[in-house]
Amino acid sequence: MRVEQISIFLENKAGRLAEVTRVLAEAGVNIRALSLADTSDFGILRLIVDDNDRAKAALKENGFTVGKTDVVAVEVDDRPGGLGRILNILSKENINVEYMYAFVQHSGKDAVIIFRFDDIDGAVKLLTENGVKVIEGKTVYTL
Amino acid sequence: MIYDEEFETLPREAIEAMQLKRLQDVAERVYATVPFYKRAFDEKGVKPGDVKNLADLRKLPFTMKKDLRDNYPFGMFATPLDNVVRIHASSGTTGKPTVVGYTRRDIDTWSELMARTLAAAGAHRGDIVHNAYGYGLFTGGLGFHYGAERLGASVIPVSGGNTKRQILLMKDFRPTVLTCTPSYSLHLFDVAKEEGVDFKDLSFRVGVFGAEPWTENMRNEMESKLGLDALDIYGLSEIIGPGVSVECVEAKNGLHIFEDHFIPEIIDPATEEPLPYGEVGELVFTTLTKQAFPLIRYRTRDLSVIHREPCRCGRTLVRMGRIMGRSDDMLIIRGVNVFPSQIESVLMSRHDIAPHYLLIVDRKGHMDTLEAEVEIKEEVFSDAVKDLQHIERDIEKDIKDLLGVSCKVRLVEPKTIQRSEGKAQRVIDRRKV
Repeated sequence: MRVEQISIFLENKAGRLAEVTRVLAEAGVNIRALSLADTSDFGILRLIVDDNDRAKAALKENGFTVGKTDVVAVEVDDRPGGLGRILNILSKENINVEYMYAFVQHSGKDAVIIFRFDDIDGAVKLLTENGVKVIEGKTVYTL
Repeated sequence: MIYDEEFETLPREAIEAMQLKRLQDVAERVYATVPFYKRAFDEKGVKPGDVKNLADLRKLPFTMKKDLRDNYPFGMFATPLDNVVRIHASSGTTGKPTVVGYTRRDIDTWSELMARTLAAAGAHRGDIVHNAYGYGLFTGGLGFHYGAERLGASVIPVSGGNTKRQILLMKDFRPTVLTCTPSYSLHLFDVAKEEGVDFKDLSFRVGVFGAEPWTENMRNEMESKLGLDALDIYGLSEIIGPGVSVECVEAKNGLHIFEDHFIPEIIDPATEEPLPYGEVGELVFTTLTKQAFPLIRYRTRDLSVIHREPCRCGRTLVRMGRIMGRSDDMLIIRGVNVFPSQIESVLMSRHDIAPHYLLIVDRKGHMDTLEAEVEIKEEVFSDAVKDLQHIERDIEKDIKDLLGVSCKVRLVEPKTIQRSEGKAQRVIDRRKV
């Protein structure tokens, strides 16, 4: 029930993000979802891609600092209150969301949100018990 | 004004005769009382009795900052601690401070030299001295304090910081003499302006500025902004603190060295050979009268030049030029001595960053800023912003604890800091001094 996400350390320097996309494009890696966290000093780019191993190898070869984290992908009803329902379930049980971002999806009636939890197993168990659809990794990579 | 007519205007022959007598005396004394000097003299195959004239000074061994560190804390003292009435300290290269001691007579000598210093700058009895040098282990605050009292002036021991309150005291107490670092004087000006106070409406007449290098351009700026005569002073705690040399207000051209207490030399830092008057090299001082902490040929690492042309103020003492730089890599940040090696020692002790760094020194407004770029290690890289910021804050705290100076830490990507075969460039100093 876990989805593998890769993260990349980026200095605040012009052209670094473009360099990441160039390396991935040349390696034939497709980006499924992304989020960029930034401070005045540095940024952290988080990516869900269709081929983690190939992406990591290509980025490392080009000198990037790459990390790997497990996140959870959740299907959310694409209507008002959809996300709110899920956050309510989590907050009632005091499960902290480290960060989250939305998936880029071309069609369909549901949205997919990526969550980063400290306690992944606890969160997945809780969400499933409450009838929330948690999507498997291999499904996510090919969405 | 000349505070001590007798000793500040001695004919050359009389100064040199006095220096020789005192040099022979101090050489005998350190050889007998400081084990480090006995060893150093013996290693050079020289005895105190070999000093027959002033030129024989060059036969004596040098003293380096490292020697002071190796004898930390009191190993270089030439008197029992019973006779030491004051201890000061300044930052050293690797965490341990450099410790200096004073006997009652040393404090008396220091007060006398600081009274001479303030008088040379144009201060006198009846002046009110706003002393914004830091009080504490640093010699600046107390050195000026004792000198101003000796001169008969009234001292406001305001020390550093709390700038708005300082402006209030300046308005209400009407001090006539300002003593602080040059950068702080300009910071005072800026804060006064924000408070709606024009320095020219205050009562300052004289400023004595030191503890960091400054330039002729800064003199022009300070004199026109602050409405006072700005004079340069030089000193270091190892030699006595402030009061080694000072500019006279009459000429404002070179700092008179109090040669009845110190012998200056200029050497080539590479060959260690003495250089003639007028040539730029490293300043070396021998203390002639200090009891607790006498030093033979102490290498200051400060680059300067010595001139012996007569001065219109009437002093017969030689003059040294403004400090032009360092023969090592020491930085002065907001008046505090900082060695890149100190910061390096902090970085090396951490497992989460690579041992490569770049220090960037700049001046924002009138205050120095210090920033360190350090490379993050892949193993500790995290996808959570707060983890990385925590590393930055943690290193900043370690540096502040060791140096007493704030340093902003910025994480950069691995292998982006320049590596070089020879001496890597570890410091970029963007200040225009």
